[in-house]
Amino acid sequence: MGTRRDFLKGVLAGGAAATACVASAPAAARETRPRPPEAMGLLYDSTLCVGCKACVAACKTANDNPAEFSTLDHLWDTPLDTSGHTFNLIKMYRNGTMDAKDQEVNGFAFMKTSCMHCGDPSCVSACPVSAMTKDPETGVVGYNPDKCIGCRYCVAACPFGIPKYQYDSPTGRIGKCELCRHRHKDGHYSACAEVCPTGATLFGRTEDLLAEAKRRLAHKPGQPMKVPRGHLRPAQVRMLSGKPEGKGAMNRHGWRNEPDQTYEAVAGNYLQHVYGEKEYGGTQVLKLSAVNFQKLGMPDLPPDAAAALSETIQHTLYGNLIMPFAVLGAMTYVAKRNVKDEESSDQGGK
Amino acid sequence: MANNHHASPAAVGGSLVNAVTLTCGVLIALMAAILVVRFLFGLGAVTGLNDGYPWGIWVVVDVVIGSAFACGGFSVAMLVYIFNRGEYHPLVRPALLASLFGYTLAAAGVIFDLGRWWNVWNMFWPGSINPNSVMFEVAVCITLYVIVMWIEFSPVVLEKLGKDDARRKVGKAMFFVIALGTVLPMMHQSSLGTLLVVLGVQIHPLWQTPLQPLLYLLTAITMGYAVVLFESCLTSTAYRRKIETHMLTPLAKIMLGFLAVYLVVRVGDLLVRGALPKAFVPSVEALCFWIEMLSMAAPLILIGAEGNRRNPARLFLAGLLLMLGGAMLRLNGFLIGYETNVGDAGGFSYFPTLAEVLVTAGMFAIEVLGYIVITRRFPVLPREDVQAAH
Repeated sequence: MGTRRDFLKGVLAGGAAATACVASAPAAARETRPRPPEAMGLLYDSTLCVGCKACVAACKTANDNPAEFSTLDHLWDTPLDTSGHTFNLIKMYRNGTMDAKDQEVNGFAFMKTSCMHCGDPSCVSACPVSAMTKDPETGVVGYNPDKCIGCRYCVAACPFGIPKYQYDSPTGRIGKCELCRHRHKDGHYSACAEVCPTGATLFGRTEDLLAEAKRRLAHKPGQPMKVPRGHLRPAQVRMLSGKPEGKGAMNRHGWRNEPDQTYEAVAGNYLQHVYGEKEYGGTQVLKLSAVNFQKLGMPDLPPDAAAALSETIQHTLYGNLIMPFAVLGAMTYVAKRNVKDEESSDQGGK
Repeated sequence: MANNHHASPAAVGGSLVNAVTLTCGVLIALMAAILVVRFLFGLGAVTGLNDGYPWGIWVVVDVVIGSAFACGGFSVAMLVYIFNRGEYHPLVRPALLASLFGYTLAAAGVIFDLGRWWNVWNMFWPGSINPNSVMFEVAVCITLYVIVMWIEFSPVVLEKLGKDDARRKVGKAMFFVIALGTVLPMMHQSSLGTLLVVLGVQIHPLWQTPLQPLLYLLTAITMGYAVVLFESCLTSTAYRRKIETHMLTPLAKIMLGFLAVYLVVRVGDLLVRGALPKAFVPSVEALCFWIEMLSMAAPLILIGAEGNRRNPARLFLAGLLLMLGGAMLRLNGFLIGYETNVGDAGGFSYFPTLAEVLVTAGMFAIEVLGYIVITRRFPVLPREDVQAAH
């Protein structure tokens, strides 16, 4: 009989511990994090991109990355996808006869592949050693090889397939776009935006870039449209915000002076969707396109970040270690009684 | 409890050199050679890993599945010490030994897979740790659990060495060590499932759910009992000992209880999330799903009846099927059902290279060899009246 009673006690202890867990649940739930207010990023407009790949070459130079070859003759850099040595790539969508640009059927289109700098990045949540971090001010998702253990959980976690490991080296690192943060101190912003000849890749504060994207979407297809190049300038930000001072200080990050390269282009046949505005709670890199984003290789993501759910589960179960200690306490109590019995039984048996 | 008198454990004895141990030796040597290449030239030199599949069998089989196979010690210890079912006490030591090997090797094997292994200390460095990371929790719990299991097993070694004083001292704290030894595996076995949550839409809906921790915990416990059935039958046959059906039959019933709860949660979750129709779309994923589910459900039929649970062949087969089912749940979640969304559709594929398979085989060979050496030389298995035939 005693055995059965103790068995029930064990069940009760487990039940009490489970209750402790459920009771602490609401306190630990965590919402998807928005972008930091001063977050910086890129606006990529697929309809403006001519596929020249100047951004791919500039990215290689800025990050000191070697050429990668996909052709037999190894003449120039021809990566087929981003990799541990290629952080930015222009991919091409092709369909049928490829008659016209930005046309889904019998057409073609371009898409930039690089880190989206998520507001609530999966890679940062996944990294066990804080090698992948999100800058609280700029929101740049940066990588620190001196902490990285090479577990590649960030590679698995990213829904955009961005962090990539260098399998070809015994000391391989994770390679990914860090928005050229190492060039910021010299007044340089992202190399891809700096060299883009058509303004298809534009650098700026994400909130300003979002306003710029919406300004473009308001144009009718074929309508003339002013397009800035390089980075969004304070004057343009003031114009977008409709206030004389704009939303922030002039040249807030101290970028080097450049001539205003704004030119007049023609508005594309845009889908009314700013990719990255809502995906996973919002990313700092935004995209415009005339062709379905999924056809161009961008995943269809919910508005809630997977990191929020993962951390909610983790902190519900392990927040302040309340649950583990509750269960440990219950287990210790039960084990103490039973193991004592065990000892005497052991002696009796000998 | 005081009524349970068991034969005390004793070393099996016999020769350490035979076909099995020699085969293990060869496999271990091959593994060592491959690892030299891996550490000199990088992961790409020996593995089939690529930008679409960052994790291969070294993670999924050696660690995720391997540690679940090593849950026998935890499952049986919980039964004996927490639920106070002393009648299963003779199963504790052999199960603990298998777990000890499984976990120690899983933890050591992680190093082979880490691309920047020399930085691994950051996992325990307060300035580096990330408590939001599921991986961090898994790594810390597994490390602690390996230490805890060595302490749990230490009386066996101390008994052999004749250090009774030390043994008594460890014995006094054993209740706490045992409690830790049940809580830690509950934590990381559930979290091994939670690892998948942050992968989001990249995991096929048949295997992506917020209930991951519960599913992985329940299957880990079930697999723990299944491994005990498997290993007891195998040990009895190999050492020509009596099969412990008097313990295995009721143990199998408890295992079926956990299994039933799991199946209810698993199917209920699929129904609530509306994912079940995906199982009827002809695909590799659906096929693997059915292999997983049928392996899990078959033991209910195979040993559902009390009479059938007395049949060692059926117990062995049921154990094997549950090990397969639990392994498939993990393989499906981490590899078969994983597809990174970027790139040309199906642009990436992964199949383990021979070198990867040989390293995994080498890891299992260390476990088998270690189990043989220790059971033959240390008091682990219950003493038999008739000595082992060889």
